[in-house]
Order: sequence, then structure tokens, then C-alpha cells
Amino acid sequence: MTTKAIRLSQRRYSLRQKDAQIAWLLVAPSLLVIAGVTLWPIITTLVLSFFIAPTGINQARTFVAFGNYLEMLQNPAFWDTIKRTLYFTIVSVGLELILGLAIAQLVHSRPWGWKFLRFSLIIPWAVPTIVNGAMWRWIYSADFGALNGILLQLGLIKHYVPWLTLSSAAMNLVILADLWHTVPFVALILQAALAALPEELNEAAAVDGANAFQRFWHIRLPLLRPAILVALIVRTVEAFRVFDIVYIITSGGPASKTITISYLTYLYSFAYGKQGTGAALSFLISIFTIIMAIVYIRFLYRPEETQS
Amino acid sequence: MSYRKFFRKLGLFLLTIPVFLFIFLPVLWLFSASLSTQVELFTVPPHWIPEHPTFQNYLDIFFPSQAASSVPRTFAVALLNSIKIASAVTLICIVLGSLAAYALVRIPFKFNLPIQLGILGTRMIPEVSLVIPLFIVASRLHLINRPIVLIITYMSFALPYAIWMMAAFFQTVPIELEDAARLDGCTRLGILFRVVMPISLPGLISTTMFVFLVAWDEFFYALIFTSTLAAKTAPVAIAEFIGRFAVNINGMMAGGILAAVPPVLLALIFQRYIVSGMTAGAVKG
Repeated sequence: MTTKAIRLSQRRYSLRQKDAQIAWLLVAPSLLVIAGVTLWPIITTLVLSFFIAPTGINQARTFVAFGNYLEMLQNPAFWDTIKRTLYFTIVSVGLELILGLAIAQLVHSRPWGWKFLRFSLIIPWAVPTIVNGAMWRWIYSADFGALNGILLQLGLIKHYVPWLTLSSAAMNLVILADLWHTVPFVALILQAALAALPEELNEAAAVDGANAFQRFWHIRLPLLRPAILVALIVRTVEAFRVFDIVYIITSGGPASKTITISYLTYLYSFAYGKQGTGAALSFLISIFTIIMAIVYIRFLYRPEETQS
Repeated sequence: MSYRKFFRKLGLFLLTIPVFLFIFLPVLWLFSASLSTQVELFTVPPHWIPEHPTFQNYLDIFFPSQAASSVPRTFAVALLNSIKIASAVTLICIVLGSLAAYALVRIPFKFNLPIQLGILGTRMIPEVSLVIPLFIVASRLHLINRPIVLIITYMSFALPYAIWMMAAFFQTVPIELEDAARLDGCTRLGILFRVVMPISLPGLISTTMFVFLVAWDEFFYALIFTSTLAAKTAPVAIAEFIGRFAVNINGMMAGGILAAVPPVLLALIFQRYIVSGMTAGAVKG
């Protein structure tokens, strides 16, 4: 090597080193913040989940190892809560995908006013969850609600019904309220994905005599898989940890019939004064969330299709 | 043939009607309730369109001094708190997030990939798993009921979100442009501010909107960390009033409409950025 080449490679090396220094400078502020508000708390939560930790700051903590976890796993109320949460997740995400796909396809078929329809879908998506919940709670109101009003005027009921106190109906009504907010989200994502698909395949299939349903099922749906996967993961993770809409519409009632796992965690941590149990529960939610994400990716992820 | 086409169009149009009804009926009912008087709201069957519509509920919130009830006074303050907190969170996330996103996307350095995966991982952690330690520290430092506690804790979901979205947008900037700028003697920061940021302006707008929306929408931390007017946000104010029957529900509905206006307006104005933002934020986590 000539001296010139060595000097050049040295310069390149120092440039790269300088680059790395700059990179750390750029990343450091964010890393510090994220470490402070997520990394440190999640580790503390994990530690806390091995203790019996009363809410009072000066009350002593007792180490119980996996005691909190075992107590939960042996508690039938916990399994009821898991079942309810899974019911909420499966029914709401399932309906979101079906309705979202149907609406996306409808927008894609360009009916009269389709631009206004796409525009309208943004509104329920942007309305804050709590406003959405308050609105539906008022719609379901036993005394003066719109649901009772409509059903009475249509002659379907004779007297006003206290909907949210019916244990068979409450969870489904919460799901309906959630759908108002989430179906548009799924529809918007899938509509954009449909619009990005190549039309040639579809036209070729039409020429070959495939009917609309066949074209949808055999051509569009497989091509939509990446977009569906995105919607499915995002929505399942969110639905499984649902809290806000339950809190505002039913506060867990009637008789715990709408208590979900996040709500149970909230109760243990901030109402029952058992932060150790709360921490254990919240950790179970994290683990479950990560498992679900991995399972979905394993089943639906095909690398060659996700490049679009 | 054209007959068939016409009926196809008509059929599709008829299908849109239930979708429109599902979207708009609840909102219109909310709006109608916000224009009603207490007396008219409590009628059976309901007056779908108020016979004596009034903007009093809105006026009470905008000019809270004249208001008799605690509902409009609370809403006036809570909406201001929400605006302050969501704006601060958005500003901090955009500044810190764009610096980090650029380094992660374009500068190869040790631990680059682990940091990216770590940030992706934090997006999977639910708030409820973080809140207990945060609450303990916040109460020791006497930060409960101060806006700063929400600004800090909101970083736990808003900052990783902002970094991921911006990283996705920065990635689309052609690397040749950057190389050219470097050859011209531009520094890394110079490239970021003069080349990458201007080109990714749509992405920046999209990220700004999304971060503001999630910060505005946030309820759980706000519920845990605030209970007084000093920091209470609009969602907490709504949650507080909805359970009590005696408070004026029509005033609350007006508050709900006002709390929905900023995010809905933002989303409608920047609607062409929504879908790119949804996928950028979602695909990556």
C-alpha cells in the first residue's frame, strides 16, 4: 500500500467513526427518554410482580416469587376475564375485517358518491375514543337514549329497555360502539391497498370468465394479504388491551360482565390496592400481546409479498 | 348493457346508504343533543331535532365566567389542557424523533439494529404495564396533577411511534441525493435539515398529525395521573361527567363535540396523508 492510500483509508475510517459519534448524538435524547418511560418501568413492573405490594408508599413489600401469578392462574374470575377479553377481541376484530373489507371493496367499486364515502370514513376514525364511548353510552341510555327511542317508534319494543344492565347484551353493545370507531380504520387501510393493486390481473381474469366473487376471492384477497396482516395485528393487539371504551360505557358492569383483562389490571393496581397482582397481570398482557404478534407473522407473513 | 351498468351503479349506491347511516346517525344525534335544552333532552320518545335549538351549551364553554354549572367551566379548562399537552408532546416527538429516525435509517453504527428492534418492541408494551412504577415515581416527585407528568409519560407511546413513522418516510428519500450533498461538503445535520426533511415534508406532516391525534385521544395515563383542573384533559372531563346523572348532559355533549373537532378537522384537512401514515406507522410495528 502506498502512503497515500493508507492516509485515505485512515481518513475514511475516521470519517466513519465521526459518523458513528454523530449517530449516537442524534439517537441519545430519544433513547434516554424511551429508557426512562418504558424500559425502566417495565423492568420495575416485572420486579414488582414478584412482591405483594400494597398501594401505600411506605407499606412494606413481601417477596412472594411467582405467588401473584399462581394466585391469578388459580382464580376462576381471572379465567372468566380472559374469556371475555378473547370474546371481545375475536368478535370485534373479526367483524372489523369483514365489514372493513366489504366497505373497502364498496368504495373501490366507485359507486356514486364514493369520494364522499371515503371522506366520511375519516370522521369516526378521528373522533376520540372517549367521545365515541360517551356518545354510545348516551345512545344506549335506559331513560332517554336514542336506541330505545328508535325501537319504540318502530314498535319493536313496548317499554324502554335498560340495555347496559342486561348481562347478555352489554358486551355486544360495547363491541358495536368500538366497531363504529375501528371499522373505518380497517376500511381505509384496505381501500388504499385495493387501489394500489394492479388492475391487469383482474381484467385478465374477467376476460377469462371469472365472476366478480371469484376474482375477489382468488385474485384480490391473496394480494391483499400484507394489508390484512397489518390491520389484523394492529387491531388484535389493541382489542386485547381494550380499556377506554369499557371504562366509559359500562365501567365493567353489569356484575363484572364487561371486565376485560386491562380493566382487571386497573382495578387491582388502583382500586384494590394490590400493585403486585396488578403488575403480574399487566405482564401477562404484554406476553400475550407479543405471542399473538409472532403467531400472526408466522402464519401470514410471506416475505416476497410484502415488498409493495 | 348500459341498463345493466345503470342498475349495477344503483345497487352499489344503495349499499352505501347503510354505511352512511351507521357513520352519521350517532354523530348527528350527539350534535342534536348538544343543541338541546335539558328539558327537551329528557323527553320520551326523544325529539330527534330539538324544537328550541340553542347554542347556549357551547357559549357556556367558551365564556365560562357566566356559566352556572361546573360542566362548562371544567370543559373550558380541560380543552385548554388537552391542547397544551398534545401540542407539547407533538413538538418534542417531532424534534427528538426526526433526529433519531435519521440516524437509525441512514448512519450505520454499532447497535443500530438492536436499537431499532428495541424501539419496535416498546410499541408492543401496553400502558398498563408501565403505569405503576411511573405512578409511584410521579407521586414521590409531587408531579401528580401537573401537565408535565402527562407530557413525559405520553412519550412512552408517542416517541417510538414518531420514530418509526419518520424512519419509514426517511427511507424513501433517494440516497443519491444525500451522497451528492455530502460530496458538496454538506454535514450530516446539514443533509438532514436541507435535504431529507424538505423532501419528507408530507411524512413530517403525517407524523405530526398522527402524534397529535394519539396524544389527544389518550385516556389511561390522564385518568391515573390527573384529577384536578390543573392538568385534567378533555377525555377525563368527559369520563367524569358521563357517570353522573344529575349533571347537564347536553352541556357534556357540547363538550364532547368540541373535543372531537380538533382531531376530526386535522384528519379531514390532511386526509391525503392519513393512509400513508397508517401504513408507515403500522407496517413497522
